Amino acid sequence: MTTLRAGWIITQRDLAHWVRQPWGPIFGLLFSIMLLLVFGFLFGGAIQVPGGGDYIAFLLPGMLALSMMFGVEATATAMGADARKGITDRFRSMPIGNAAVALGRVGADMTTSAAELSVLLAGGLLIGWRITSDPGPAALAVLLLLLLRFAVLWIGIFLGLTFRGDGATAAVQVLVWPIGFLSTAIVSAETMPGWLGALASWNPLSATATATRDLFGNPSGVTGGILADHALLMAFLWPLVITAVFMPLSARAYRRLRT
Amino acid sequence: MHTLIAQGLRKRYGDLHALDGFDLTVDAGVIHGLLGPNGAGKTTAVKALATLIDVDEGAATVAGHDVRTRSAQVRRQIGLIGQHAAVDEILGGRQNLVMFGRLYGLAKTAARARADELLDTFGLLDAADRAVSTYSGGMRRRLDIAAGLILTPAVLFLDEPTTGLDPRARNEVWRTIRETAARGTTVLLTTQYLDEADQLAAEISVMNHGRIIATGAPDDLKRRIGGDRVIVTVPPRDSLPAVAAKLSCTVDEDTRTVTVEAPLRTVVRALDELGVEPDDLVLRRPTLDEVFLTLTEKEQIR
Repeated sequence: MTTLRAGWIITQRDLAHWVRQPWGPIFGLLFSIMLLLVFGFLFGGAIQVPGGGDYIAFLLPGMLALSMMFGVEATATAMGADARKGITDRFRSMPIGNAAVALGRVGADMTTSAAELSVLLAGGLLIGWRITSDPGPAALAVLLLLLLRFAVLWIGIFLGLTFRGDGATAAVQVLVWPIGFLSTAIVSAETMPGWLGALASWNPLSATATATRDLFGNPSGVTGGILADHALLMAFLWPLVITAVFMPLSARAYRRLRT
Repeated sequence: MHTLIAQGLRKRYGDLHALDGFDLTVDAGVIHGLLGPNGAGKTTAVKALATLIDVDEGAATVAGHDVRTRSAQVRRQIGLIGQHAAVDEILGGRQNLVMFGRLYGLAKTAARARADELLDTFGLLDAADRAVSTYSGGMRRRLDIAAGLILTPAVLFLDEPTTGLDPRARNEVWRTIRETAARGTTVLLTTQYLDEADQLAAEISVMNHGRIIATGAPDDLKRRIGGDRVIVTVPPRDSLPAVAAKLSCTVDEDTRTVTVEAPLRTVVRALDELGVEPDDLVLRRPTLDEVFLTLTEKEQIR
């Protein structure tokens, strides 16, 4: 039994959840679409994009990045629930590789997020958002979004294994909001007070949002500063740094179940 | 042949000695009951034997394999049923068993065949495709046990399998456990209930503060603990002190009851001689509390 095969079987288990209980993912999607509509049409009229450009065109890549980051919640919740209900212990008592449980989570969450991304992209096209660049850069943008999802997946696995109580899930659900909003996902950092804007520019989410805008040929709302020069590089580096930190931490948390 | 051997297992969590010199041997094909109160270390012992946690000291073998150095081989030989029914609630019973079967290395068709076989054995065929969340507690537990039996393990660990179940579900689970043992699987069962250990186990180990304080067949243990108790409620017209004087017993003046540790016949004869017609007369087994008091007292004296 290879670890990869076991991981794939655990992934299939999660995908089978979709078929049995489609409402969870559907509500997740509806929520993202609702956010898109609220910001795009309710608040959007009052928002100016620095450097010019249509707000919907600015907003959509930001919402895509935001929904990738919010995925941390789903990962941590699923991981914590399995640990709490003894399913993780059952997996651990079976002759499968140590990495299989995490691999299964990665497979399931990446598939879910890719599907979510497709629906949001289609939704964006429906409300008038357009890709104005070439297919190459556009594909790279999608790749960067999935890279961010991959990185926060490891944060979610770490949190889910470390804090197994329901309270921890609630904490993650609350904390993603300030972290999500303190970025350039919804408004440009240049409209914020100086220090706050600087902070937001260093948010990994901002790097992905800005790089994605550039690659889709959408207005970036950036006229200067670190994001103007290095958004693409940062959109690669941040997820790699997060992964490099949280993948070993997750492995350690899994080993610590043995204590 | 010993299927399970644990020698001097120690496991500390801060100041708590969860396992404090835990020794156990279990012969092949028997149901062994590990009896103890909450916090005695039963779950820690099971987790250590099932390769889920590392102990600080000591050694254990399961089906001839060292749990520390050959955990992969051990895992092929065991089924672990934890305190919660660790099955996927969203999926159906069949889906669960097929998934676990494939994780145990079975090919898809073999996993499906094995799932159907187990569903049939455990009386779950009718509910096979319903979501597990719609199952009763007893059905869920049976599915849980079935998932632990996919590879027909040498040893099945059951950690308080009937806690939280109603009497009917408990009886279903008991029957399942007996049938499993009858097919040759060694069962290590933890429980807080003397009654349960008595019903199922050929051998019982009593555990307290991280180690075994007594082992034996249920009848042996009961002899060591003392026999059944008779509780007599003395009516107001009769003298409580008179009854107490006649029988060697403990007296509760508030409820006007006396508790006697003697055969029922002796008690009834004594009451007859006194001319006392009791309001109520109850026969009961020693409670777990009494088992512990007796055994721990003996332990201290020794």
